Amino acid sequence: MPTEDRIADVWGDRTPYPRGGDWPVRVDAHLAADLSPGEVDRWVQTASTLHSNGDAFDVAVRDGRMVGVRGRPDDRVNRGRLGPKDLFGWQAIQSPDRLTRPLVRRDGRLVECSWDEAMDVVVGRTQALLEEQGPSAVGFYTTGQLFLEEYYTLALVAHGGIRTNHVDGNTRLCTATAAEALKESFGSDGQPGSYTDVDHADVIALFGHNVAETQTVLWMRILDRLAGDDPPEVICVDPRPTPVARAATVHLAPRPGTNVALMNALLHEIVANGHVDEAWVTAHTVGYADLEKTVARYTPEVVSTICDVPAADIRSAARIIGEAEALLSTVLQGFYQSHQATAAAVQVNNLHLLRGMIGRPGCGILQMNGQPSAQNTRECGADGDMAGFRNWSNRSHVEDLARVWNIEPKQIPHATPPTHAMQIMRYVEDGSIRMLWVSGTNPVVSMPELARMRSILSQERLFLVVQDIFLTETAQLADVVLPAAAWGEKTGAFTNVDRTVHLSEKAVDPPGEARSDLDIFVDFATRMGLQDKDGQPLVKWSTAEEAFDAWRECSRGRPCDYSGLSYDKLRGGSGIQWPCTDESPDGTERLYAGGTFWASPEECETFGRDLETGAPVEEQEYRALNPFGRAVIKSSDYRPPHEIPDEDHPLQLITGRTVYHFHTRTRTARAPELQAAAPDVWVEVSVTDAQTYGLAEGDLAEVTTARGEVRARVRVSGIRPGVVFLPFHYGYWDTGEGWRPGDHGRAANELTRTDWDPASKQPIFKTAACAVRKVADGDGTPSPAPDNTASAPVAAATAEGVER
Amino acid sequence: MRIGTVLRDLHHDENELARTLLRVADEHRADHEVHQMGVHLAEWSSRHVREIAAIAGSFGENLDPTPDGTPTLVEEARRWMSERGGRSPESELVMVRDLRDVYLRASSVLTDWEMIGQAAQAIVHDELLELATRCQAETKRQATWANAKIKESSTQALVV
Repeated sequence: MPTEDRIADVWGDRTPYPRGGDWPVRVDAHLAADLSPGEVDRWVQTASTLHSNGDAFDVAVRDGRMVGVRGRPDDRVNRGRLGPKDLFGWQAIQSPDRLTRPLVRRDGRLVECSWDEAMDVVVGRTQALLEEQGPSAVGFYTTGQLFLEEYYTLALVAHGGIRTNHVDGNTRLCTATAAEALKESFGSDGQPGSYTDVDHADVIALFGHNVAETQTVLWMRILDRLAGDDPPEVICVDPRPTPVARAATVHLAPRPGTNVALMNALLHEIVANGHVDEAWVTAHTVGYADLEKTVARYTPEVVSTICDVPAADIRSAARIIGEAEALLSTVLQGFYQSHQATAAAVQVNNLHLLRGMIGRPGCGILQMNGQPSAQNTRECGADGDMAGFRNWSNRSHVEDLARVWNIEPKQIPHATPPTHAMQIMRYVEDGSIRMLWVSGTNPVVSMPELARMRSILSQERLFLVVQDIFLTETAQLADVVLPAAAWGEKTGAFTNVDRTVHLSEKAVDPPGEARSDLDIFVDFATRMGLQDKDGQPLVKWSTAEEAFDAWRECSRGRPCDYSGLSYDKLRGGSGIQWPCTDESPDGTERLYAGGTFWASPEECETFGRDLETGAPVEEQEYRALNPFGRAVIKSSDYRPPHEIPDEDHPLQLITGRTVYHFHTRTRTARAPELQAAAPDVWVEVSVTDAQTYGLAEGDLAEVTTARGEVRARVRVSGIRPGVVFLPFHYGYWDTGEGWRPGDHGRAANELTRTDWDPASKQPIFKTAACAVRKVADGDGTPSPAPDNTASAPVAAATAEGVER
Repeated sequence: MRIGTVLRDLHHDENELARTLLRVADEHRADHEVHQMGVHLAEWSSRHVREIAAIAGSFGENLDPTPDGTPTLVEEARRWMSERGGRSPESELVMVRDLRDVYLRASSVLTDWEMIGQAAQAIVHDELLELATRCQAETKRQATWANAKIKESSTQALVV
């Protein structure tokens, strides 16, 4: 297929297959113009780093430069397929504006310097702060886009060396609720399901998950099932008319912030219709009686008024789920970034627990991730958790980790829960965290309430280190900027949503003096003189493979067991799913087969939290509740969102992404095809609201909340009335202002509110009360929104869009 | 029978707890979690106040069902102060002390509910027992929250 078509035709041609069949191979590839495959010097194995699906592919190299990509046909995840971001996104790392030398702020300006100079400044400041205040002065804020080896090293350096509790990743913004929901229900993080559950399911339910745009290849798999014999029924919960919604048997478009009410209605119907597998529930779970009592109040009629969804639709969705032979559920930001995030995501787990549908082919739960290596941020402890899904409130787990690291248990901060990203920012704000080291993320655009975020991170008294591949908005505020090597310029492993581990080999050299994140962290540890209890270096490795082998030992015997994996084993062939051990050398397709969980008080990763207050559950309480380590059914009442529309702000704002971009566009905007497909911010409004507020396609509109204002061109779409959508990709690095708005805002997070889920601490991006007004008429040009995705114009179908 | 007397005390203490939670929420607006949760948990105590007033008549007490705690001018001024004062490490310590106040008040309310629950069992008063059991569980969650927040914030408050 000609590559240019894959911008317009995102998902490519169908390769139908029947229920229980093998998903056929289809190899997608893209080579730089004028090149033929014969001119490629070599192909280097890797996987996607522009989304969380983990699609395996090879990078084409010629004369020391990347020149294209080709999907790996043998891989279990994608069977050769690639989405638009992987076909075109690789070009970004060869962009001429890469960071190539360290920068240090002198007289208010960032100037180039040597690595020695830069690291001397960083080390000097760290040591001074440790002496003066101690570890509580230092925070680390990382990402979901580095490699496993880098996170593990960072976790060791921060927890075991600096001994700070202030470590988190931007996974807090994308996947914290996935982790928390899994911990709450199953005692430990770890994805129960597998992508192969798509092959076997007769019902696929997607909760707040626009998979067509977030994981295009997983959607291709579902589309191929839908095109084959014995297709599954699809249930979609989403306020936007996504491609998933259009393919769904039942589409529920609830009012933002009401997911728990909706889930309780579905559970109410499962109970009322006698679709509970009572024997399974009795044998494998605790907490059912509470749930039964809670959901009794949530009849479809009652919930219909809360969510503004027809009761009949709730009933049909519940019937389809209740009668499913093999139910696959997936969950993403529509739940995770909304009000009562963990409570809602846990109710999806409960659907499966009530129906006894877990650990068997087709019976999967995929609490999705947003980023390529978010899974590793979580399991290595770079999100603040203890490495290897160990429990920070279980003394023997702390001792075990101290043994692995050869340090004293008391050296590992574990007296309180790890400080989450939003709280880290709060401590930076109040001045008690005085040094923040940001790696591979851009909080000045991606965190809520940007005016506040800019004022926090631009404080004189803060020492800000930013490690990145480009001079992002955040890097522009830094005191020291460390130029990092990108994916493709370093070797390492990472793990996707369904626990598939891939190896990504170095294909080309990093530009200038840029160094891998691993090298930077190891260098910092060495210069700091961090030691274990025998006076030996704390970090005992310098290469990626050595770091991986150290992680294998750290993970041995834990749920995320990598002990049976090695670089050699990951070379060639397909990625492999953890746990991979001597007993299961080919990996493990599904967790929790036979209803056995990692939830006993001795084994669990956490004793859980109160889903409404966020307070950690005490050990004794957990022991009383769940002595035998069954799955925990946690019910929750619906509570109204914290910010409800009023006269001044009558609409609800939700933010989200488009298929062509990733995060704050640092990479995707530097790939010409992707940038052209979605070049600038737009705002989606419904037909009803367009009429009410006198808006037409292409008009310039102003969206305001109590926090700020953003200007964008109007797209009149099929979004539910009362809801306004803004993509969150557009910041300021490619505007004249550099890191902040000029006269008017462009970044969606100018408008979002500083507020988070009590249990997962994930910020809420999807319930802000807002107003929209027209600023200027359009000139007949449509808004810059893509026409072939959830942002499709409501008028004239997509006739124009196909031509784009 | 002295159940009425204890209900009157409880009514007073729940009002005080709600007021304290709202005050703490207001004073620490810069700490979004404390602000948000303070307001939310104050609603629980306000609801308890209404429910106590509703049942107290059966025990010879006439209690006001309207919870206290509407912000006054002084509190508005405090809010102004709080938003500007949030940029100092000292604010952490003030917050931990305020949370300690919440914890102590919630603990005493918890004990009151315990007493009511015991009495309700003795006189086999189903309605009162149901109320006491439900409210006691919620009060415990309020106390647990305050305690957890204290644990979480102490290091940062004390070691700066």
